[in-house]
Amino acid sequence: MFQKPLISLTFAVALAAGSISASAQAARDFINVVGSSTVYPFTTAVAEQLGRQGRFKTPKVESTGTGGGIKLFCNGVGPQHPDVANASRRMNANEFATCQKNGVKDVLEVRVGYDGLTISESKRGPTMTLTPKMVYLALAKQIPDPANPSALISNPYKNWRDIDKSLPNIKIEVLGPPPTSGTRDSFHELYMETGCRTYPWIDNLRKMDEKRFKRICHTLREDGAYVEAGENDNLIVQKLEANPNAVGIFGFSFLEENLDKLRGLKINGVEPTFETISSGKFPASRPLFIYVKKAHIGVIPGLQDFVNEYVSEKALGEEGYLADRGLVPQPKGDLAKTRADVKALKNFAP
Amino acid sequence: MSSTNNSAVKSAAETQQQVRNSLARRYRAERRFRFYGFAAVTAGIAFVVFLFGTIFAQGLSVFQQSYVKLEVFYDPETIDPAGNRDPDDLVVADYQALVRAALREEFPQVEGRPNLRELYGLMSSAASIELQRAVTANPDLIGQRQTLWLLADDTIDMVLKGNVSRQAREDERRLSDQQIGWLNALEQRGDLDLRFNRSFFSNGDSRDPEQAGVRGALIGSLLTLLITLLLSFPIGVGAAVYLEEFAPRNRLTDVIEVNINNLAAVPSIVFGLLGLAVFIGFFGMPRSAPLVGGFVLTLLTLPTIIIASRAALKAVPPSIREAALGMGASRLQMVGHHVLPLALPGMLTGAIIGMARALGESAPLLMIGMVAFIVEVPQGIVDPATALPVQVFLWSDLPERGFVERTSGAIIVLLLFLLLMNATAVWLRNKFEKRW
Repeated sequence: MFQKPLISLTFAVALAAGSISASAQAARDFINVVGSSTVYPFTTAVAEQLGRQGRFKTPKVESTGTGGGIKLFCNGVGPQHPDVANASRRMNANEFATCQKNGVKDVLEVRVGYDGLTISESKRGPTMTLTPKMVYLALAKQIPDPANPSALISNPYKNWRDIDKSLPNIKIEVLGPPPTSGTRDSFHELYMETGCRTYPWIDNLRKMDEKRFKRICHTLREDGAYVEAGENDNLIVQKLEANPNAVGIFGFSFLEENLDKLRGLKINGVEPTFETISSGKFPASRPLFIYVKKAHIGVIPGLQDFVNEYVSEKALGEEGYLADRGLVPQPKGDLAKTRADVKALKNFAP
Repeated sequence: MSSTNNSAVKSAAETQQQVRNSLARRYRAERRFRFYGFAAVTAGIAFVVFLFGTIFAQGLSVFQQSYVKLEVFYDPETIDPAGNRDPDDLVVADYQALVRAALREEFPQVEGRPNLRELYGLMSSAASIELQRAVTANPDLIGQRQTLWLLADDTIDMVLKGNVSRQAREDERRLSDQQIGWLNALEQRGDLDLRFNRSFFSNGDSRDPEQAGVRGALIGSLLTLLITLLLSFPIGVGAAVYLEEFAPRNRLTDVIEVNINNLAAVPSIVFGLLGLAVFIGFFGMPRSAPLVGGFVLTLLTLPTIIIASRAALKAVPPSIREAALGMGASRLQMVGHHVLPLALPGMLTGAIIGMARALGESAPLLMIGMVAFIVEVPQGIVDPATALPVQVFLWSDLPERGFVERTSGAIIVLLLFLLLMNATAVWLRNKFEKRW
C-alpha cells in the first residue's frame, strides 16, 4: 500500500528522464564553457555581461582545470560538447591532435591577457628582492654544489641568507600550489626552469636529456621549506597574514585584491604591477587563452557575440571590467592583433 | 588440607584489607577515566564551537547589505524617447544613465570625467537592473520621481562592514580617498545604510559579490535531492524487503550483502566517474543537470538506505510475522500490512541520513559538470544547475573580498538545510516509532 504510488513515480521519473534527455540534446540555447580555474573569474564576468544584455541566456562556465577542459572540448562537435575551453597555457600538439581525430578541425585561439604569477609576503614581513635563480636554489630538491657546480647535492639551505647575502636571515618557508594545479605548472616554468637554466650545463640538458632536465628543475624539496597550501589562494593569503616570515605563490589578482595586507616581492628588481606584467617587464607572467570551436559559431546562439564581447574595449581594454577583476590586459598592439584574428576567425595551429 | 583452610580463612581478612587498600586506587582510576571522557567531549565541543564561531563570525554579515538612498527621476527622454511605451524599447533602455543622473544630483559639485567615473563606481550594476524591472512592470512610473534604496558596490559594502579600513592608505584599498569622502557624506546624511540582504536569497550566482545569491544553488540542491529521494527510497526499500523477507539464504545473497556493505564505503568521486561514463557518455543525458546529479547521488545513497531499511525490518519482532501468517495472510499481505508499516519510521530515518550525506557531496558533481558558474535559477530537472556545497567551493576560490562572507553565508544556509532535514528525521522517528 505504501509501495504502489512510489513505484509508479519511479517509473514516471525514469521515463521522463529518457524522453527529456533526448530532447535536451537536440538543441542547446546557451553557451557551454569548460576549463581552467585561473581563467574562470574572467570568463564568468564576460558570461554574466552577455546574459545581462538580454538577447541570449547567460553562458554556463564550468571550472574543470585546463587539461580536463581541453579534453572535454576536443571530444567532438555537437551540442553535447562544450563550445569554449578556458586555458591558462597554450593548447599543446598532443591535445590538438586529439581534437583533429575527434572531428574538431577548426579551432579559434583568443589570447585574452596575462596573469602575473607573484611571490608575495605580509606587509609586516621583511622586504625581499628575489631572482628566479634564488627561488630555484631555495626550493629545488637538488641543486648544483656551490663548490663544484657540475655536481648535484641535496639542498642544504635553511635560511634565505644562506643563498645570498642580500636576503634576510629568516627560515625559507614558501606556501604554494599542489602538483594538481595549473598554477604549479606555471610556477615550474616561470621560476624554477628560468632559475635552473642560469646553469649552462643544465640548460644544455634541456635538449639532450629532457627527462633529467625536468627532474632537476621541477622537483621541489620535501623537507618543509615548500608547503603545499592547497588549491585555494585565499587560504594562502590568510596564512601569510598569520606568518609574516613566509612567502606565498599565487596569481596577481589575489595580490591586487589584498594590497592592504600583502606586498608583491620584486623579481629581478621589478615589482608586480599592471604595467610591468602587461609590458612583459615582470619576468613571471603567463598568457591566458580561450579556445573556440568554429563549427559551433552560428549554431549555438550567441557564441559569436560572446567572443566579440570578450575582446571588446569595455571588457579587455585598459579600463575594461576584466582589468577591474585583475586580468592584466595585453599591450595595445597585441590586442589589435588578437581582435584581427577573431574577426578573421583564424585557424589555430600549435 | 588444613593449611589450605587456614590460608582461606586468613585470606578472607586479607582480601578485605586488600580491597580496602586498593579502593582508593580504583576510585582514582575511575575518576581519571571519567576525566578522559569528559576531556574528549570538551575537545569535541571546543572544535565545533570554533568551527561554528568562525563561520558565523564571517558569514552573519551576509544577511545585511549596503544600500544607498537615491531619488531617481524616470526620465522619459532616456527611457522612452519615442513615447509609445513599446515593451521591447523599455527593456533595452539605458537605465544606468538614470542611476548616474541621480548620483550627480546627490553630489552636484563633482565634475570631470575621471571624478564622475569614481562617483559612478559607488553603485552596483544591479541598481540599473532594478530600475529596469520596476519600469517594465509598471510603465506608468515614467516621468515620475521616486526615492529608492539601491544596491551599493561591494567595495563600499566591505568598508561599511569594517572588512576594509577607512584609515588604510589610498594605494592599499580599492576605494580612493575621494570615494571614502563621499561614503562618509552619504552616511552622515543617512543615505547609506545596511539593510536586509534580499538579493542573497533571490539571486543566482554572479561575479559581483553584492549581487551573488544562493537561490540557484539552493534550488539546484533541492531538485537533485528530490530526484535522489524519488529513486533511492523506493528502490532501496524494495531491495531491502526482498533481501530480508523473500530472498532465500544462499551464496548469492551473501555475495550481494557483502557488496552492498562495501559500496557504502566507496569514495564518492567513483560514483561521479561512473555517472559521467554511463549517464552522460552512454545515455547522452545533458551535463550539469540536476537529473544526472540525482542519478549519481542515488547510486551513492542506495547502499545506506538498503542497510538502514534492512536493520529496520530486522527490528520488527518475528511474532508479528507469525501472527499474520497464522491468521491466514499471504507473505505479501504480511509484509505490506504489518511489517512494512512498522519498519517505515526506521527506513525514513535511514533515507534522510542518506539524503543528508548526498546534500553535502560535491566531488561526484564535479565529474558531471555541476561545478559551474550558473546565473539563471534552474526551472526544471534538465536545466543547468549547481548545488550548495559546490557554490561554497566556487566562492571560496574567488579573489574579491566580498566573497569571503558569501562563502560563510552559503555554509550557514547549507547547515540550516541539514538541520531541517535531520530535525525532520528525528520528528518522524518520534512520531511513528514503536518500541517493543
